[in-house]
Amino acid sequence: MSTTKELTCVVCPNGCTIAVELGADGKILVDAEGKPAIKGSVCKRGDEWAKQEVENPMRTIASSVPVSGGDSLMASVRTNRPIPLGKVMAVMAEVRGRTVTAPVAIGDVIIANPAGTDTDIIATRNVAKAS
Amino acid sequence: MSEKKGIQTVQRDVVVIGGGPAGLAAAIAVKEAGVDDVLLVERDRVLGGILNQCIHDGFGLHRFKEALSGPEYAARYIQSFREKKIDVMENAIVLSLTGDRVVEVSTRGKLQYIQAKAVILAMGCRERTRGAISIPGSRPSGVYTAGAAQNLMNLENIMVGKRVAILGSGDIGLIMARRMTLEGAKVESVFELLPYSSGLPRNIQQCLNDYDIPLFLSTTVTDIVGKGRLEGVKVAQVGEDRAPIASTERFVPCDTLLLSVGLIPENELTREAGVEMDPITGGAVVDDTFMTSVPGIFSCGNVLHVHDLVDWVSMESEQAGQHAAAYVKAGAKPAAAGAAKVSIKPGDGIRYTLPQSVSGGQDFILSMRVTAPWRDRTVVVRNGEKSIRKKMVRLHPAEMIRVKVGKEVASGGNAMEVSVE
Ligand SMILES: Cc1cc2nc3c(=O)[nH]c(=O)nc-3n(C[C@H](O)[C@H](O)[C@H](O)COP(=O)(O)OP(=O)(O)OC[C@H]3O[C@@H](n4cnc5c(N)ncnc54)[C@H](O)[C@@H]3O)c2cc1C
Ligand code: SF4
Repeated sequence: MSTTKELTCVVCPNGCTIAVELGADGKILVDAEGKPAIKGSVCKRGDEWAKQEVENPMRTIASSVPVSGGDSLMASVRTNRPIPLGKVMAVMAEVRGRTVTAPVAIGDVIIANPAGTDTDIIATRNVAKAS
Repeated sequence: MSEKKGIQTVQRDVVVIGGGPAGLAAAIAVKEAGVDDVLLVERDRVLGGILNQCIHDGFGLHRFKEALSGPEYAARYIQSFREKKIDVMENAIVLSLTGDRVVEVSTRGKLQYIQAKAVILAMGCRERTRGAISIPGSRPSGVYTAGAAQNLMNLENIMVGKRVAILGSGDIGLIMARRMTLEGAKVESVFELLPYSSGLPRNIQQCLNDYDIPLFLSTTVTDIVGKGRLEGVKVAQVGEDRAPIASTERFVPCDTLLLSVGLIPENELTREAGVEMDPITGGAVVDDTFMTSVPGIFSCGNVLHVHDLVDWVSMESEQAGQHAAAYVKAGAKPAAAGAAKVSIKPGDGIRYTLPQSVSGGQDFILSMRVTAPWRDRTVVVRNGEKSIRKKMVRLHPAEMIRVKVGKEVASGGNAMEVSVE
């Protein structure tokens, strides 16, 4: 017995609807040649994403942290690699309440491995010291 | 230098109004095309426009093949802009523009007039407010446009509320639903008047479904309740005529209502200069060189038509910059002067096309939006016997479609028509 599940690929703004055939074990069915039952993706990244989505959905997130002594009040930050969807709130708990001191440069690691994930929270905005 | 009301008038080859992604890309392209005398005027303290507050990722996938946040995308263009040593006035607002391209700029109360050979309009857009959609009820605090809330949270460190309802399923509203959830607020629901979402499917998934935030289609806010602070909103389903059905009305308690009900190109200056406008896009009518009906005035980015992807804004604006430079170099004459223009008409299923006419002398990108969502249709661009057909798996009003049209199809005849079949 198999079930079809429709997923919306979130990798790029195309947002393809990807249909996967799942077996009773909740895994994507594979045909005799080893090809997984994935339909609807426009590019290969979508297939990879669909496999991951079925096993363990991964997401990227963004936030802002207050900056002291900067020419802007806030520096925006984001994950530099996707994190498990289930860990989003735990990661955010570490991001919230974090403040940084100017200067901040794009790419600076603000928090390494939040909530034990394999990602870093990096700055996405340059903030110079207040003059 | 000449005089106007006792204030000096400066001469410039090109003046760019607005320093968001459109203005930056246009100014860089003008300089790269060999016209050095270009000035960019930005009313904000910093360059980058709306991108500074769009901290989520998903920008630059086409342009840089990377998923960048808005500020990072802007930083790349700002760096290139600075390296090219392009003249810029920050904290400077353009107050008026005439049809013969005199630009009135105010910097901290000081006025200046600039006579430009070419002007590039890149003022972006602003959000539709409660007034624009006229919701009845009281006027408590706690009602924001989604973009204003985004600005307060991401740039000013002000959390706008704890229990949130959102009217409109535009992308900004969806992005804010997730943003507020991540910051610890409870987002009750998103309500959309139309029978389909006006945001991207990926944002429905990753901003609503991921956090179990329900989206109610064909539903609208009928009343705003609260004195002082918002206490809640009344919502009701709407019929096919989009009128609320009284029997379905219910109360949703919340302290914050975000409006994500559309963007309006900011075209006061454009109208003042006497430029012909397109009532559907809310922007100027342009040809394939991005020139408006007023010679020497060009338009690009969100002030021309609202874009969903900044990558297309940059590409379109680069072209506008190149054409403006060519116009100046040709002695302030359109490159294809005298050529008869072929008009482009939106046919069945097409809400608008851009440009609205072409010279027929060059290949160009035809941008358009459809009127409703469809699957497995073909977009057909026709010019008499000649046509281009593009198969589309999915068409959605929220997604701009771009089709490359070769000059062999664009030339001859006097009208092209675009339709969905
Ligand atoms: C909230 C939001 C979320 C978005 N999310 C995405 C996304 O996920 N991915 C994506 O690719 N795109 C996204 N977009 C779209 C993209 O950001 C915009 O299309 C793009 O920023 C438009 O660029 P612009 O330069 O035309 O306008 P803007 O960025 O608005 O810049 C216009 C500039 O002109 C200045 N200006 C206006 N009037 C004057 C005047 N009279 N004098 C001087 N200066 C003036 C303004 O201050 C501003 O800096 C989003 C847009 C918004 C609003
Ligand atoms: S399948 Fe490819 S094209 Fe489609 S949304 Fe995913 S990444 Fe984008």
